[in-house]
Amino acid sequence: MISDFALEGIDLVKYFPTGRSGILGRARENVRAVDGVSLSLRRGTTLGIVGESGCGKSTLARVVTRLIEPTHGQILLDGEDITHASGKELRRMRTKIQMVFQDPYSSLNPRHSVGQIISAPLQVQKMKPVQGERQRVHEMMELVGLNPEHYNRYPHEFSGGQRQRIGIARSLILNPSIIVADEPVSALDVSIQAQILNLMAKLQETLGLSYVFIAHDLSVVHHIADEVAVMYLGKIVEMGPSNVVYSSPSHPYTKALLSAVPVADPKRHHRQDRIRLTGDVPSPVNPPSGCRFRTRCWLATEKCANEEPSLNPGGNGRLVACHYPLETPVSIGS
Amino acid sequence: MTSSLLSVTDLNVSFDTPDGVVRAVSDVSFTVSAGETLGIVGESGSGKSVTASSILRLNSSTNATTTGSAVLAGTDMLTCSDAEVRARRGSEVAMVFQDPLSALNPYYTVGRQIGEAYQVHHPDASKAEVRERVMDMLTKVGIPHPEQRVDEYPHQFSGGMRQRIVIAIALVNSPKLLIADEPTTALDVTVQAQILDLMLSLQAENKMAIILITHDLGVVAEVAQNVLVMYGGRIVERASVDALFDAPTHPYAWGLLGAVGSLDHNKRGELRTVIGTPPSLITLPPGCSFAPRCEYAHSVGSVCTTTVPMLRNIGHLGSFSACHMSDEQIIQIGSKVRA
Repeated sequence: MISDFALEGIDLVKYFPTGRSGILGRARENVRAVDGVSLSLRRGTTLGIVGESGCGKSTLARVVTRLIEPTHGQILLDGEDITHASGKELRRMRTKIQMVFQDPYSSLNPRHSVGQIISAPLQVQKMKPVQGERQRVHEMMELVGLNPEHYNRYPHEFSGGQRQRIGIARSLILNPSIIVADEPVSALDVSIQAQILNLMAKLQETLGLSYVFIAHDLSVVHHIADEVAVMYLGKIVEMGPSNVVYSSPSHPYTKALLSAVPVADPKRHHRQDRIRLTGDVPSPVNPPSGCRFRTRCWLATEKCANEEPSLNPGGNGRLVACHYPLETPVSIGS
Repeated sequence: MTSSLLSVTDLNVSFDTPDGVVRAVSDVSFTVSAGETLGIVGESGSGKSVTASSILRLNSSTNATTTGSAVLAGTDMLTCSDAEVRARRGSEVAMVFQDPLSALNPYYTVGRQIGEAYQVHHPDASKAEVRERVMDMLTKVGIPHPEQRVDEYPHQFSGGMRQRIVIAIALVNSPKLLIADEPTTALDVTVQAQILDLMLSLQAENKMAIILITHDLGVVAEVAQNVLVMYGGRIVERASVDALFDAPTHPYAWGLLGAVGSLDHNKRGELRTVIGTPPSLITLPPGCSFAPRCEYAHSVGSVCTTTVPMLRNIGHLGSFSACHMSDEQIIQIGSKVRA
């Protein structure tokens, strides 16, 4: 049976034990990087994941691509459980799901030519394309807007934007159906970011790809995502269709995050009515009891400290984890 | 005479490297008055950071050649003696850098680092006076429980709190000009908002001028009054922030503004892009350095690839643009960019 979803995560948990061991009877502590996240990626669409540093979005990306094994939970790829896949099975699933990384400098081997870099997945998978490996790489280079004549060049001869195109070509050569992109444009200049975002949108259309797109830049995610999940301290606090979440955020954190984004229009002087979050994100080793956002939330009550809110339907197809969701649609910007 | 606090004229900075001469800054002139916030925007390698660090004479390494002048409150920072530069660093002009962790010394408590900056300009201050000033600064930049945190080390602070410490060091001698080079780039948006608010409130308190270097047009729109747009080491547009966002007057600015994503869901769709990549500062193209990426260059003619365009006043807008197109053309196209 083919599922509607290209990728599903069910109650995913990833704890990293900290260096402190259990000697002298002290309990071992865990960094609770991802703490009970469920998500689903509909075929051919883009799921954006936003949140501040340390909220667990990159760990989540590594868990769903099985670069690391979750502590708990289940990952379904095309309806098939890959949570504990290993060996051959793991290698086979990697042809379906590929990753694009943030830093186009450290994610490409400086001693390998572009041709070697882009064709590496073929060697790992021991695949021999019918048209020949070199020809296949040429096609990929053309697809992402690189000049195939640069086959023998090395990464340092390319600019940041071009390197990211190399990374994208490498991720596409196995013909995957899902791309997980972890901050793919945040290391690039604005004008180059736009080039890469447009390229990714075009590739999605022509190849029917599904994307998990992770970024801290809310406007970038808004631009590309159909659905968006907002994370805070290892949990999803709000998730839903991108236009719904962006135009009328329901979770106080979503609202604060959106209102903190500087707007490139001096006439909208919304600095005055901006929600100012005070303080910093608490430590994921000892997250606050109840709702994790309560220590920075202006609506928090006793209930928030005692009872953890679960993700519930919050109207217009969204889910929100808050005891006091914002009801009036607040239009951002206009 | 002008009443400007800082007046930079014909600044040129080049670096002699094994690969050739890097022309980092070419013919840059601008002024900043007291209390003003000037934004400098541009992509990596556009010369914005080198322009700023030249004002503090931080580029005086052996391979750098700097010409022009940067007159700060009557003293040319580029030609005065080393002693004079030292006397002015910190007290008249101070700098905040992008990465607060590498700007702080991990081996010293934050209190010691703030105190040290104060003592450089107040060598006769007693220990108690220094301590009092340090506590005062920690309170001003919004560090909770300063009496306890003053003796902690940088690694015990979060990114946003570290940047507050760096700002405290920069402002401990009440400088007249603060140069902030991407001060919030390493921070999350909610923390960025806190730091920008802090900088603006401290500015209002003592009429300090700020030069804010950033690649984020949103940050510029929110805090600056005037903006320089740099490309290939030159200023390509100089405008008030309202004029820049209403009707930009340089093709590069058109591209930049079009490339910014929006949170407004009615404005989704393909982003405008600037084709190609920024030029190498070693082999700058002759003529306008933006010409190879400019979609209008071919319609203007060969002048774009032979002659460097000078900054000139465009129409009634009060904006200055370095473009060979006619005023009418620029006004016509510029008014549509944001529509």
